[in-house]
Amino acid sequence: MTTTDSPQLPATPKGPPSRATARRRRSGDTERGFSRVFRWIATGAGALILATLAAVALFLLLRAWPAITASEEELSSAVGRYPEGTSLLEFIGPLIFGTLLAAVLALALATPVAMGIGLFISHYAPRRLAQVLGYLVDLLAAIPSVVYGLWGFLVLAPVVKPVWFWLGDNFGWFPLFAGDVSATGKVLATVSVVLAVMILPIITAVSREVFLQTPKLHEEAALALGATRWEMVRTAVLPFGRSGVISAAMLGLGRALGETMAVLMIISPGFLVYSLQILAGAQHQTIAAYIALDFAEATGLAVNALIATGLALFLITMAVNMIARAIVARRKEFSGAN
Amino acid sequence: MSTDTMDTTERTRALLTSSEPRRKAVDRLMTVLIWAAFVVAMIPLVSLLWTVLVNGAGRVSLDFLTYSMRGIFGGDPSGGIYHAIMGTLIITGWAALISVPVGLLTAIYLVEYGRGALARSVTFFVDVMTGIPSIVAGLFVVALMTIFLGPGARFGIMGAIALSVLMIPVVVRSCEEMLKLVPNELREASYALGVPKWLTIIRVVLRTSVAGLTTGILLAVARVIGETAPLLVAVGVTDSINLNAFEGRMTTLPVFIYRQYSQGMATCREDQLNCVVDISYQNAWGAALVLIIVVMLLNIAGRLVNRWFAPKLR
Amino acid sequence: MERHVKLSRFTRAGSVAMVGALALTLAACGSDPNTGGDSTAEATEGGTELSGTLSGGGASSQESAMEAWRAGFQSQHPDVTVNYDPTGSGTGRENFISGAFPFIGSDAALDDEEMAAAEETCGSDVIEYPGYISPVAVAFNLEGIDSLNMTPETIASIFKGDITTWDDEAIAADNPDADLPDTDITVVHRSDPSGTTENFVEYLSTVVPDVWDFEVEDVWPVEGQESAQGTSGVVTTITSGEGTIGYADASQIGDLGTAAVGVGGEFVPYSPEAAAAVVAESPRVEGTADTVWAYDLARDIPGTYPIVLVSYHIACATYEDEETAELVKGLYSYILSDEGQAQGTDAAGSAPVSEELRSEFLTAVETISAAG
Repeated sequence: MTTTDSPQLPATPKGPPSRATARRRRSGDTERGFSRVFRWIATGAGALILATLAAVALFLLLRAWPAITASEEELSSAVGRYPEGTSLLEFIGPLIFGTLLAAVLALALATPVAMGIGLFISHYAPRRLAQVLGYLVDLLAAIPSVVYGLWGFLVLAPVVKPVWFWLGDNFGWFPLFAGDVSATGKVLATVSVVLAVMILPIITAVSREVFLQTPKLHEEAALALGATRWEMVRTAVLPFGRSGVISAAMLGLGRALGETMAVLMIISPGFLVYSLQILAGAQHQTIAAYIALDFAEATGLAVNALIATGLALFLITMAVNMIARAIVARRKEFSGAN
Repeated sequence: MSTDTMDTTERTRALLTSSEPRRKAVDRLMTVLIWAAFVVAMIPLVSLLWTVLVNGAGRVSLDFLTYSMRGIFGGDPSGGIYHAIMGTLIITGWAALISVPVGLLTAIYLVEYGRGALARSVTFFVDVMTGIPSIVAGLFVVALMTIFLGPGARFGIMGAIALSVLMIPVVVRSCEEMLKLVPNELREASYALGVPKWLTIIRVVLRTSVAGLTTGILLAVARVIGETAPLLVAVGVTDSINLNAFEGRMTTLPVFIYRQYSQGMATCREDQLNCVVDISYQNAWGAALVLIIVVMLLNIAGRLVNRWFAPKLR
Repeated sequence: MERHVKLSRFTRAGSVAMVGALALTLAACGSDPNTGGDSTAEATEGGTELSGTLSGGGASSQESAMEAWRAGFQSQHPDVTVNYDPTGSGTGRENFISGAFPFIGSDAALDDEEMAAAEETCGSDVIEYPGYISPVAVAFNLEGIDSLNMTPETIASIFKGDITTWDDEAIAADNPDADLPDTDITVVHRSDPSGTTENFVEYLSTVVPDVWDFEVEDVWPVEGQESAQGTSGVVTTITSGEGTIGYADASQIGDLGTAAVGVGGEFVPYSPEAAAAVVAESPRVEGTADTVWAYDLARDIPGTYPIVLVSYHIACATYEDEETAELVKGLYSYILSDEGQAQGTDAAGSAPVSEELRSEFLTAVETISAAG
């Protein structure tokens, strides 16, 4: 029959109509026709996204341009935060650092736990319980960041403050815990914990779905070879799910990088310093929170400078995603997905 | 020769039956760790839900759900969040209506058709756009719409478009991942039966992955339903009821929560009746609780759709 | 199998119907609360009944007061909806210049450049006057202490970080009766740029320039201190700490202790009246249009409370369409009426504008009209 439609020969988008009519009759013909329409629809959707997103990128670049080309004097007179003679890069650098630090810490905290929960739901918990848990986790993904902010600020910060003091007293030699521990708990460490809680449901939900898709045959084969449950998970489930988990982690990282309100409400920001001291106050700020913080009162060139900062966030996310794609691509052959 | 085989079999059997302490221990350790991960994660999540419940439950009543805030100010404890509930449903609904078809079709394109430069650039831009700061999406839409509609334009639909810009990449990314999981054998079996490609995609690929797709879409909705900044820029706020996404301002629950929180304490005179000092905090927590319940209902709806479409395999 | 499918289909249909019904019920039963009560009280306007929607925005400091004013105005004119987007003063001014907002609130007066652009957008003069005046309190959280006397020098040194404990001699000297602990002082400032910060910093640099040697900006100049976003963030942070001190809109500080500020040899605690007096006594900025009242605040008049946030109401003198003109005129007249002023004070601690100035402002507002 018509093999033209199968994915083995995808490179024949437009057959000449004469050949199409010369083909067999009705059903085959119309379906073939619709298959092509469907391909166009799908391609159209892709192109539409491309156009929209390119437009957003262009918009950003246009709005950021005046700030990128502005001199240091112009910037420092237009933007209150820029001390005399600060270039755009000097100012954005620490913000990028803060953003990455917060997001990476959050990811480091969340990913192992999320994989644990994913496995728990997919392979360890009793099935009925697992369904309820899966549901609960999905629900938690939807708590708005404003609420996370309120919670982090009002509930979490007072609770973790003694922990931070303890860490500061006992592990002060470790660069991350050095410096004066803040008296308010409004520090990057608290932000990272909140971000970790925020991205936990995202990573969990996706990894759970991926783990559940592990071919039963692979699992049974592993068990039949005498593997313990953990060995089965390690040899069958994890390799199969690796690409999915990395994607999930990247989705989580994306949210952590771009998270605004929760960071804004919790952190006591500091600018123009590169600091690893996550327990000290006024040392860090993230890009998204900075934009939201300053946007309301910004006018003229200050707005352009903010958007230029947003552009930096763009570039970071782009880089992170490209790295992730590269990792996933290299692992693909081993994943068993094909 | 035969003894050799015997030996191997014996040895294997011994290996399997004898408890090899290290492997058993590792297995047990991992089981404990996985349970521990679960418990550790539950602590903040339960604390979070509990905080919202304790602070919000006292405020939620029928009046709170069915009145707007029009004409309510200061410490007046009447008034409610009806306008914000409807605003959330309408704006998020429109955003989903735009993003889900576009995002899902794009994911299909990338997984089933995508080759060459277009596919590569779509992948690239989708990745880039997951990092769009949310306020920038709002600015973009305002800049775009004011070209056509004049400077004062602030509509619900503008907010929906801004949210779509944020939502589409998440839909594409998670749906793409789910579609990739569908084994090629299923597709090939379908082609072998003479089923055309589009039908194969709809009846086989989409249905096989529907559970994952639902999760992905719900995650995407969850990503945007809590957005504040872009809506403040693109939609503005109002305290009256407005059900028309194409005219006038709207308020959504997160914006409402944030504004109430920002307003802080009300000033009450000593002799003033009907005045609650911390009413705006109560409003904020109450609205947060309602928002979580709304999302819960959406989740249930998603599960039902999921159950309807999913192939009855197991 | 077949039966199973059917069953689940029914369940689904049922649930969809239920969700639909629920949505319909929701849509049917919501309403705007009828707070008007005696909504016939339109006598003050004495003229045509207004209707339509007016949407402005700007300074978030005015939000609470604006809420009260909108509510009062709307209850006089039930067919009117007024919206106020608390986008911040900067965004508000940009939107006014672009024509997106017909009226705005702003914590800072328009500067020359902005004024020129705004006049071009309006096609007429701009009306600008201080419509919202609120004392900024220096608030602290110290067990058992409700009020402390502080000279401007002391305040500046504390916020600069030179005075680090509460039992410092500088504080003790002005408060012989207070039992000051040796707690460390934690300064909490606003992390976002704000009119409150700008007013506070400007006050310090005007009164004690030799101690407070920073530039006046709307962001906090001292590095490395604790901060929080928004007035409510600052207040919550001060409240949850011990030995914390900060500055915030006085109507928001709740039970925190406050400083009585030294002005011309006496200590004045904050009050709306003492704050309003500052504006009444300050000189108007010269060289602007007749309809623009911008002020350089005098910070050293005895008996006044010198740290005030002055937030301006800004509108065009003429609008393109009749409806907007009438609505802006109606709203601003209402705000400046006795009732409006009382409501602002009750709901948001806004200081009433003095009679004399109010009648001047009203005269300007009355001239708002539709162009040609």
